[in-house]
Amino acid sequence: MGRYIIRRILYMLVVILVVSFITFGLMHSVPGGPFDKEKSLPAEIIANLEKRYHLDQPLWKQYLSYLNDVFVPHIAHEKPKGLDVADDYLIDIKITDTFWIRWMNFGPTFSSRSRSVNDIFRQQLPVSVQLGTLALIIAIIIGVPLGIISALKQNTIYDYLGMSIAIFGVSVPVIVLGPLMIWIFGVTLKWLPPTGWGSKPPYIFGFLPTNLGWDYWKYALMPSVALGLGSSAILARLTRASLLQVIREDYIRTARAKGVKERNVIVGHALKNSLIPVVTILGPMMAGLVTGTFVTELTFGIPGMGKYFVTSITNRDYPVIMGTILLYAVFLVVANLLVDIMYAYLDPRIRYD
Amino acid sequence: MAELLKVRGLETQFRTREGVVHAVNGVDFNLVEGETLGIVGESGCGKSVTVMSMLRLIPSPPGKVVAGEALYQGKDLLKMSDEEIRHIRGAQISMIFQDPMTSFNPVLTIGRQVAEPLEIHQGMNRHQAYDRATEMLELVGIPKAKDRLGDYPHQFSGGMRQRVMIAMSLVCNPSVLIADEPTTALDVTIQAQIVELAKDLRDKLGMAMIWITHDLGVIAGLADRMAVMYGGFIIETAPVKSLYGNPSHPYTLGLLNSLPRVDKDINRRLESIEGLPPILMETPHSCPFAPRCTYVKERCLVENPPLLEAGPDHYTACWVDLETRSYR
Ligand SMILES: Nc1ncnc2c1ncn2[C@@H]1O[C@H](COP(=O)(O)OP(=O)(O)OP(=O)(O)O)[C@@H](O)[C@H]1O
Ligand SMILES: [Mg+2]
Repeated sequence: MGRYIIRRILYMLVVILVVSFITFGLMHSVPGGPFDKEKSLPAEIIANLEKRYHLDQPLWKQYLSYLNDVFVPHIAHEKPKGLDVADDYLIDIKITDTFWIRWMNFGPTFSSRSRSVNDIFRQQLPVSVQLGTLALIIAIIIGVPLGIISALKQNTIYDYLGMSIAIFGVSVPVIVLGPLMIWIFGVTLKWLPPTGWGSKPPYIFGFLPTNLGWDYWKYALMPSVALGLGSSAILARLTRASLLQVIREDYIRTARAKGVKERNVIVGHALKNSLIPVVTILGPMMAGLVTGTFVTELTFGIPGMGKYFVTSITNRDYPVIMGTILLYAVFLVVANLLVDIMYAYLDPRIRYD
Repeated sequence: MAELLKVRGLETQFRTREGVVHAVNGVDFNLVEGETLGIVGESGCGKSVTVMSMLRLIPSPPGKVVAGEALYQGKDLLKMSDEEIRHIRGAQISMIFQDPMTSFNPVLTIGRQVAEPLEIHQGMNRHQAYDRATEMLELVGIPKAKDRLGDYPHQFSGGMRQRVMIAMSLVCNPSVLIADEPTTALDVTIQAQIVELAKDLRDKLGMAMIWITHDLGVIAGLADRMAVMYGGFIIETAPVKSLYGNPSHPYTLGLLNSLPRVDKDINRRLESIEGLPPILMETPHSCPFAPRCTYVKERCLVENPPLLEAGPDHYTACWVDLETRSYR
């Protein structure tokens, strides 16, 4: 297993390099540039700006220097001042007073003079990770039990009810559900604040909120439910289908023939098997949720990552595009690694060696 | 010998989209202590459904036992509460299934699965149950059984898995073992080993057996009594010698003639029974075998024969005497 994980991490690096290469190539092949506005700027100013961000250099040089900034660890001999957005590393490790190891400089953003891509990762990403994680947890604790109940009570009122909720969940998008919730709970009943988010930097471990009281939940509740419901519906349908398939298997009949209690037939013999396909989908689902969801964050006025995925592309904000795509790739690969590890735990037939 | 099982008029149907499938149509048989009953018949003739109906393991819906009784030591298995029958399954009547690959839970260890009936029925704790499971696994010939308790089913070969399955079914010392084609999925050499093992264990432990197969060769050395099924009916039943020596139903005769035999003319061509087994969508008003029968007479086409006496303790559902080709 250990060797397998190491191999997967190496493979992950390759994937991320390939993703960076393709993204870089694609975004530069799209017409237009970061400083093309409706009101066109004088040519000298554009030239100046391009010089400042090294956009005047040949593409291969730009790409190599990007790789150098992001992937290669650097050494500094004094405490980094962190004044210049172009000199902002995500990781600064102090070895001695005169020896610092610095890693992952994703560059400045073009849309703001005073912010780096790392600032987005520090301030917006944690919010998205919190929202996405809560949504995922809600999706699991609603979706999986709903699927199990529907399967066990197949073709009864519980099944129809459960699956109606699931269909509702998949087919009503956040863009409808979100405003509806805001209108009911935020505006009409005034139970919850309609928009906003309840945690601010600094974060524990870079992403966990410091306060977990009502001040946090009153903001988190609605968007996580709105976001999680759609995913819970997918999980419910998948769990139901999978469990229905499993309880027709021969080994379930064997368990019954041994005199196992009906409840234990389900819990002890069917459940673990039926969760294997459910776990598969959790990987991409997690990556999608925690890296920011544009519509949910926009609807609930949440200062998350979501909008950068969209606006960076229309603005040709090259460093932000690269940063967000690489981040998504990392999350996706890591999530899939977690899924594989969970597989090995669930299914002894799978051995990674 | 005391009577263990007495099945009367067992009828099971499946409601499918195409209509009602009459899978078992009034089956009667008895099983006494220590006796082995062989049930043979083509695929789809209702062998599995018969025994699974007894233990109420028919998937429902679509299946339903619509009539009959299955008395185990005088109590009707079909009328018991779910809790009562659960205490009989695996403890007093246990089953082995055809496919040892799919009949084990792939995500649970062998130890856990073999020990489970002991924890359920004998209230043993995990430790005691594993000890007893180890003994049982050794008895069925699993080498280094203790070290293999933590292994998963996929780590065993097909033959070994079927041995484990036998161990699992016998841990609680049941008085009846039902084996539903336990050797069909195995190599011929392994088949013989499993049959030997079953014989051995039966003599050691003294349980009664119902052994289902469609291989008349395998069952000959194992069974005391035979029942031949066709289209959901038992069409012939007799002590094993009498059935092989004096088959009185054209279908049984056909089955026997389709067996390769070394004691007769080796160059003889194997015969096959023409046509396909019926899938019964309604209660038949003629002999269900009539369309494939070479002995068929008028009465066969208008009346389904009940089991008629053809010899001492030998019954056949055929109007025709095969020797004389006249009505019985
Ligand atoms: N779940 C089910 N739904 C519908 N019909 C079924 C079902 N199970 C069994 N049957 C029908 O019942 C009949 C008897 O099936 P059964 O499994 O008892 O045959 P079998 O004699 O055990 O055959 P095999 O040798 O292939 O195991 C078949 O015609 C089959 O179509
Ligand atoms: Mg069968």
